[in-house]
Amino acid sequence: MTAIEEVPLSPAGNPIGFGNMKRVEDQRFVRGQGNYVDDVNLPGMLHSAILRSPFAHAKINSIDTSAAEALPGVVAVITGKILEGIPRPSLLGDNFAWMPTLSYDTQAVLATDKVRFQGQEVAFVIATSRYIAKDALELIDVDYEPLPPVMDAKKAMDPDAAVIRDDKGQTDNSITDVHGHKSWESGNAIGTAEAIAKAEADPDCVVVTQDVMYPRVHPSPMETCGSVAYLDKVTGQLTLYTTSQAPHAHRTVYAMVAGLPEHKIRVISPDVGGGFGNKVGVYPGYVLSIVGSIVTGKPVKWIEDRNENLVSTSFARDYHMKGTIAATKEGKILAVDVDVLADHGAFNGVAQPTNYPAGFFHIFSGSYDYPNAHCKVTPVYTNKAPGGVAYACSFRITEAVYLIERLVDCLAAELGMDPAELRLKNLLRPEQFPYTSPTGWVYDSGQYEKTMRVALEMAGYDELRREQAEKRARGEYMGIGISFFTEGVGAGPRKDMDILGLGMADGIELRVHPTGKAVLRLSVQSQGQAHETTYAQIVAHELGIPPEDIEVVHGDTDQTPFGLGTYGSRSTPVSGAAAAVVSRKVKDKARIIAAAALECSPDDLEWELGRWFVKGDKERGKTIQDIALLSHGSLELPEGVEGHLEAMTVYNPPNLTYPYGCYICVVDVDPGTGQVKVRRFIAVDDCGTRINPMIVEGQVHGGLADGIGMALMELIAFDEDGNCLGGSFMDYLLPTSMECPDYELGETVTPSPHHPIGAKGVGESATVGSPPAVVNAVIDAISPFGVRHADMPLTPANVWRAIQGRPVRVDMAVE
Amino acid sequence: MQVTITINGEQVTRDVEPRTLLVHFVREDAGLRGTHWGCDTSNCGACTLWVDGQAVKSCTVLAAQADGHEVTTVEALETADGLDPVQQGFIECHGLQCGFCTPGMMMTARWLLDHNPNPSEEEIREAISGQICRCTGYKNIVEAIQWAAEHPKTSEVNA
Ligand code: FES
Ligand code: FES
Repeated sequence: MTAIEEVPLSPAGNPIGFGNMKRVEDQRFVRGQGNYVDDVNLPGMLHSAILRSPFAHAKINSIDTSAAEALPGVVAVITGKILEGIPRPSLLGDNFAWMPTLSYDTQAVLATDKVRFQGQEVAFVIATSRYIAKDALELIDVDYEPLPPVMDAKKAMDPDAAVIRDDKGQTDNSITDVHGHKSWESGNAIGTAEAIAKAEADPDCVVVTQDVMYPRVHPSPMETCGSVAYLDKVTGQLTLYTTSQAPHAHRTVYAMVAGLPEHKIRVISPDVGGGFGNKVGVYPGYVLSIVGSIVTGKPVKWIEDRNENLVSTSFARDYHMKGTIAATKEGKILAVDVDVLADHGAFNGVAQPTNYPAGFFHIFSGSYDYPNAHCKVTPVYTNKAPGGVAYACSFRITEAVYLIERLVDCLAAELGMDPAELRLKNLLRPEQFPYTSPTGWVYDSGQYEKTMRVALEMAGYDELRREQAEKRARGEYMGIGISFFTEGVGAGPRKDMDILGLGMADGIELRVHPTGKAVLRLSVQSQGQAHETTYAQIVAHELGIPPEDIEVVHGDTDQTPFGLGTYGSRSTPVSGAAAAVVSRKVKDKARIIAAAALECSPDDLEWELGRWFVKGDKERGKTIQDIALLSHGSLELPEGVEGHLEAMTVYNPPNLTYPYGCYICVVDVDPGTGQVKVRRFIAVDDCGTRINPMIVEGQVHGGLADGIGMALMELIAFDEDGNCLGGSFMDYLLPTSMECPDYELGETVTPSPHHPIGAKGVGESATVGSPPAVVNAVIDAISPFGVRHADMPLTPANVWRAIQGRPVRVDMAVE
Repeated sequence: MQVTITINGEQVTRDVEPRTLLVHFVREDAGLRGTHWGCDTSNCGACTLWVDGQAVKSCTVLAAQADGHEVTTVEALETADGLDPVQQGFIECHGLQCGFCTPGMMMTARWLLDHNPNPSEEEIREAISGQICRCTGYKNIVEAIQWAAEHPKTSEVNA
């Protein structure tokens, strides 16, 4: 699908199909005419603010709201006790003080008995202005009795650790999933253990073990979370404008939480200012805005501060991983074993398919050919914010890729082998696809070596190594880091994958109007991905309708069919496929109608873009626009064929798609200060067919910046008292234009064999693939100091400590 | 207190609390929602607009401080001549995704080009370094501003 030049152009100059097309959305955004949740103002609307806990763990003895209630402008103050008093006919829990998480755990909407993390929701003030609501927070008097917090995941299961979830009758801080499991295993435990033991005993083999921490980070979209809720008491209709990546799934959760009938709930996710997984979960704030509207009878707006966003909404990662890799001395990988301690925070609020409680971490065996792999993930509660699956992680493939790519580099160091050579020796070969991994994933397609060679070529790898050797001789420290990643994206199929019992398949509807213009209704939700552009291109590609003639509707549950939404790079693999399939249904129907009009058999017709014509007589034909009009007209249609030109489908993906890529990062490190400068970043992605290459590349750029940020700057750490040390953009450092280089992008195209247009998801590839490339480069740079590993973020202080051989603990402020 | 601010050439007079931030005045009182808010700490630049021709973070200015001054927001970039080259550049070079940082980025970009019509890549990166974009990784924003530099406004060409 690289032959973009062959795609015909529409009257407006857009490709009628795949290719670079300017985004439809930009017209409103560059004019400042986007419509984000905080831009929604309804008549009579009230504002709100949430009182949050200053403690990570404390008993609540009492809450006095009287002074706050007395403040002029305050309409209501809601506490957990009030919510407890509101019974609900609910599927999950029996009162409003608790709500279900997307992982079958419960989470407090407002704390009643205890607070369990710093920043937890304690009271909700509704007032006539946001300023007054904030003032009122100061007037609420909460009597807390501090309890010892559990901040160190490694100590969460100590016998003397405080029990966090006593509300559930727990006696320790273990987490039990919906299937009753306390740890999550995959792969071949015995075979892997045997292979490693054999390698240990074999003088021709090596075994390398490394502790690798993927610290807690935060997706931090530029727009924080928020909602505007309005319950119309007369009609019983609840309308919720909200920052949601999954409006339909959210609606179902609200039906469960609020006990409201689903057909009376309308969730509208207008323009969303970035998501990255931060807007998948259902947060107490959303629920509180609904409760606020129920209580006051008015629309209630809730908009998070940045601090609230950082300390309370879905964090990412927090995986303590120990990896063991065994290989021959020639560099053939034999086995990988992984043990993970997973910090899930105070409520198990991860948003991921039910049968994958560790997400897709189990894909950790990576892009390499070896028979034995095993992992065990043990989750624990701590007194930290809930979440875990977010920040463009493809359901924790980020952690998996980081682990294997660090292990491979550690192995290369042990063997004294070039990390590129070691990877090339072990990459899966094209003839092995479809490839079943040792942990059971079926990779659909790939030409790994080809892709890696493109990256090495673009980087000028051999020349870089020569330069590095020269510089080292002069006492200058440059590093070259490689990462090769494989992702599995596009959840379902529905039989294997669901969230809260909702199967991961997505509906779509296509309607062609009498004049040949069309409207496409999607279940997935853009947060900047430009669905209004790319989905029109898919329909254009299939039907020949100019993309400017296709309206794409999304983000409103009243106007779109049910589906699970946009996260885990699933839009293109699932709904992109749905768009192609529904277009083909319309095309099939158009053929019957064209045949009726041309008085021939449908079998006598042949398709060219935008038109059915009679085989052998190209002049005799009907365009899709002609057919649209005919379908609405008086033409007599064959028996059983209904009028109009429209179709719907629910796409149930047969498998995930497996995008992959090879990234190379070049850094310069100042050993005196520990300062890292990312000099170059080469990214070669293979995401199959590219619908709009410009948009693909833009998403890759964004992910590379994420990776640079996580590798070098971003961190949500805590002190031993439970204080979050990353609660503002002064402490949680995001990359700016100064830290990011001018990326160099390349591509190979290996279509997915099971996707109707051969496309794979790409939205998270760079976020997944880039952190190990940066870290591998930094470690490569400072390896002359005997450093084999250092945990992210590789801030100047941490790099300096690593060079000095001083221990570093990134997740906790402990010395 | 009463505050009068000329926003995009129109006088807006409102009674506001003295602590009202300019970003809130512009968004809520003047109803111009193209200017965004993204942080509590003056780090993100989503709120960037101009006061008397200077690009400022409007979350860091009180409405009262802008009393009697001229404010220019993203809504004023487009004129009867059409989109500002900066706006066009962001479209041409795919300089935006979710669009949330975009108004602030464009206001800085226009300010930069007005003061330095041919900035180097380094100067562009420096100019937007006080602003955060989570979507684009900055490369295409830099290119968008370069595009705008290469396509000056018709009024500038004539001048
Ligand atoms: S809102 Fe003004 S700098 Fe972030
Ligand atoms: S375009 Fe989304 S933050 Fe910049």
